[in-house]
Amino acid sequence: MKLKLKIWRQKNAKTKGSFVSYDLDNVSPDMSFLEMLDALNKRLVEAGKEPVAFDHDCREGICGSCGMFINGYPHGPVPGLTTCHLAMRYFNDGDSITIEPWRAKAFPVIKDLIVDRSAFDRIQVAGGFISVTAGAAAEANSVLVNKHQSDMAFDSAICIGCGACVAACKNASAMLFVSAKVSQYALLPQGRIEAKTRVRAMIAEMDRQGFGSCSNTGACEAQCPKQIKLTNIARLNREYYKAF
Amino acid sequence: MITLNAKIPEGPLEEKWTKYKSTTKLVNPANKKKLDIIIIGTGLSGAGSAAALGELGYNVKVFCYQDSPRRAHSVAAQGGINAAKNYKHDGDSVYRLFYDMIKGGDFRAREANVYRIAEVSNQVIDHYSALGVPFAREYGGTLDTRSFGGVQVSRTFYAKGQTGQQCLLGAYSSLNRQIKAGTVTMYPRRDMLDIVVIDGRARGIIVRNLLTGEIERHSAHAVVLASGGYGTIYYLSTLAVNSNASAAWKAFKKGAAFANPSFVQIHPTSIPQLNEFQSKLTLMSESLRNDGRIWVPKNKGDKRPANDIPEEERDYYLERRYPTFGNLVPRDVASRAAKERCDAGYGVGDTGLAVNLDFRDAIKKQGKKAIENKYGNLFEMYQHITGLDPYEEPMRIYPAGHYTMGGLWVDYELMTTLPGLFSIGESNFSDHGANRLGASSLMQAAGDGYFILPNTISNYLSGEIRTPKVPTTGAEFDEAEKKAKERIEKLLSIRGKNTSTTFHRRLGKIMWDYCGMTRNEEGLKKALKLVDELKKEFWSDLMVPGEGADLNQELEKAGRVADFMELAKLMITDALNRKESCGAHFREEYQTPDGEAMRNDSEYSYVAAWEYNGDDEPILNKEPLKFEFVELKERSYK
Amino acid sequence: MNKILFSAVSKKFVMALAGLFLLLFLPVHLGINLMLLKEDPEPFNNAAHFMATFPLVKVVEIVLMLAILVHVIYGITLQIINWLKRPVGYAVRNKSETSAFSRFMIWTGGAVLIFLIIHFFNFYFIKLGLVEGDPENFYSLAWQLFNIPGYVILYWICFALLGFHLFHALQSAFQTLGLNNDFWTPVIKGLSLIYAIVVPIGFAVIPLVIWLFK
Repeated sequence: MKLKLKIWRQKNAKTKGSFVSYDLDNVSPDMSFLEMLDALNKRLVEAGKEPVAFDHDCREGICGSCGMFINGYPHGPVPGLTTCHLAMRYFNDGDSITIEPWRAKAFPVIKDLIVDRSAFDRIQVAGGFISVTAGAAAEANSVLVNKHQSDMAFDSAICIGCGACVAACKNASAMLFVSAKVSQYALLPQGRIEAKTRVRAMIAEMDRQGFGSCSNTGACEAQCPKQIKLTNIARLNREYYKAF
Repeated sequence: MITLNAKIPEGPLEEKWTKYKSTTKLVNPANKKKLDIIIIGTGLSGAGSAAALGELGYNVKVFCYQDSPRRAHSVAAQGGINAAKNYKHDGDSVYRLFYDMIKGGDFRAREANVYRIAEVSNQVIDHYSALGVPFAREYGGTLDTRSFGGVQVSRTFYAKGQTGQQCLLGAYSSLNRQIKAGTVTMYPRRDMLDIVVIDGRARGIIVRNLLTGEIERHSAHAVVLASGGYGTIYYLSTLAVNSNASAAWKAFKKGAAFANPSFVQIHPTSIPQLNEFQSKLTLMSESLRNDGRIWVPKNKGDKRPANDIPEEERDYYLERRYPTFGNLVPRDVASRAAKERCDAGYGVGDTGLAVNLDFRDAIKKQGKKAIENKYGNLFEMYQHITGLDPYEEPMRIYPAGHYTMGGLWVDYELMTTLPGLFSIGESNFSDHGANRLGASSLMQAAGDGYFILPNTISNYLSGEIRTPKVPTTGAEFDEAEKKAKERIEKLLSIRGKNTSTTFHRRLGKIMWDYCGMTRNEEGLKKALKLVDELKKEFWSDLMVPGEGADLNQELEKAGRVADFMELAKLMITDALNRKESCGAHFREEYQTPDGEAMRNDSEYSYVAAWEYNGDDEPILNKEPLKFEFVELKERSYK
Repeated sequence: MNKILFSAVSKKFVMALAGLFLLLFLPVHLGINLMLLKEDPEPFNNAAHFMATFPLVKVVEIVLMLAILVHVIYGITLQIINWLKRPVGYAVRNKSETSAFSRFMIWTGGAVLIFLIIHFFNFYFIKLGLVEGDPENFYSLAWQLFNIPGYVILYWICFALLGFHLFHALQSAFQTLGLNNDFWTPVIKGLSLIYAIVVPIGFAVIPLVIWLFK
């Protein structure tokens, strides 16, 4: 396969970036999108040029490191996949591909396609936990949990924190991310005890970090690689109202 | 020469840990605040220990190379986490878990440590459950378990195929709680470049801020490595591509012995390599072997599509060789059997380096729906990666480097031979002997982090309460920083023609071919030579563009590959030294006529702890393994 | 306390409540408007008179005006804040699988607001005495307006946009209030669709009937 790539290059947070075009030959349809970028980077490095910087790690769709805006979609056009799992098979010979970093005030660009997502960590630090000290827990089966509730909690808990929801949202809102965590704990008896303080703290931190508000367009749900559902946001809202 | 003192407490096996905990020295709460602890890594063990130590009141600093602690590679574990809860009432117990691990590890682990990890496994489940980890449940609300990886009881707790992720996020949440409480400070996007040793004790680290390239100094009263394994030495592995051995390797060079480096687990079921730029082998959970049947054609080089090959021309080689365990033999056995078939020319796919994992019979018997319920997400992942539909044709799988049983040598207190330096989780040589059983890695990492280290580190730190805050201005820090900077300069100044990835790929190939699933003396000796040559080439032909004082991912990689080059030699040396086959270490010279591993207990029942010796050959120290409580047996799955 | 009253979620909550109240008022207004189709101006003028004078309606009117004000002000400020949350936009932006209605709320809302202002000048301000005219004969006023082709076309465009606005509005309000689950949400979406079609068509049909038959 032959591709025309248009990639956002930006030296650092202080400088202005711009798109740079690259032609890439010999792309195998079995490559992942990141391997395709590896091939480009190999060429750049061998020529003594700086490679395209991007975050990546596990390359199996679970760590949440990778993420780029590909032809107008976070993680590319195939639903339910992270960038590392996006095979080049989904593109055609001769395609032009525009690759941009996540764009949000709360996710400033660090370099090329790398953005700073530490705002997500700060939201979790604000309240994304159950306060139990190691050694203090009771026998696990002494707390019974409704299976249905537990399965729903799991479906919320599988968020990988990649930031695609923020990238996709026209308001750069982090509501899906926050709601996934709040939901996980709200659905479990272990998490109910601190439900009120948690949701208040996390929403306050979310606002402080500079994310937009939710206007229920559902773009986050459509683009989430883990298909976290919009019902989580409704639950977050509910939990928030109940917290007063 | 170092002395290895494992410090195993006296007394009966079941009482050692309880007795240790009740008699170990403690640090009073007022003093804990004054004691600094550095932790490298935020996986299950790193994040867990940071949280637990923070809860106790120590002043903890945690470092990871990722942008967030939530991305540590524990996140990728799929199958589950073991505990001896006996919830299924199927005869499980702490002793049985202990015994399964000792046997599974082919009698190359330390009894007391293994028993202890089996003991704390139950506490781990209680704790994770309380932290809101959404483990699978029964309809009555109790926790569900499944059987996993060649054992006869159902002791594996799981959260679909994402147990590692859920446990890691649980650990991350408890870490966050301590960050909020102010006991833990988090330093993400840092690579550890060196350990600073003052008066023979680990006192600090040198890190590179990956965003700015700045070299930073951090000091503490104790340093804990929770930096994971070194499976990426094969380049292609199931690990995160940035996982690396550098922290452990730097510790080795500063005096911590490295134990059993050649013990590497090769996982039998990963998606085979598909293209030359492939950066990673994706694991397909071991649970697939519960329903899938593994086979290759009976005829060499049979290139027909799998579905066109009739039943009588299929060789279900695991069922043939191991009628009792069949497709469920432990990982090392399954991996070697696949390699044996492929090497003999029976492999499938374009490369001939794959075997079939066939669900045809299971689908026929249980229906497509049932199989979809069990493995739907795995099948989907397989289809996305390969473009093939496993409901219609067999999956193609091949073994891949996965987990390293070897690691830094630690005593019963999880301290390395460098005083003040501890090692937990996969980074230590651990409790898995020569082979790890499925769902034991999460258990060990969490157990080490939450429940063992917080108890043992106080014994060391109680002697440190009079040590004031360690200044980062001393000569040792100057020296370590200078060396780290020099190396960066050196890497940047070669300006050759090849990328560090190219070298890494070549190193990986050498290691995979000669120090992988099976080894022999000739191959290992050849590998030593090849690695030496490659290392020379690396240092004369490497290209790292850009500069040091900037975000420079090529520089990060180059440093890690440089360390792998050195570790590779130690791995090979260890594999050469161990003239027996045990667990994952299979020396072709030492096998039974029908191709099974031949252990040599009289000569090799020891932990090989290698000591750094400058440019000279490393020094071998032996910790003899005494089996007081179990009887040494041949490990048979026939 | 400020953080709670003006958090992103609270602002949306207020928006949703105000919006829902406006949704309740629309059918009432439609009911009165349908009286325009009668030959006799009395019923319409009586209803208008009742709406202008009955004390309870007076109270509701204040709430209504407040709701409009809050909905508009919150809507505009939230939108401006949200725009600022992405200072650098994307070069390529694909249509994600979300409905266009939801993405253009500010524009459909803006169009409705413009119509509302014209509408106020035409009727409501007369009633308040701010603009000259006969508050007791809105019937003929309406007829006059509906005989201006340009006005009717604007009227139709605005109601079409109102329909788009309403379709997302109803389901969105429920979502914001936290009322979303797998069973009820499809029902609410269906009701949203019906409401968003029936109410604007009801309004739009009046000038059409007047043109064709009167």
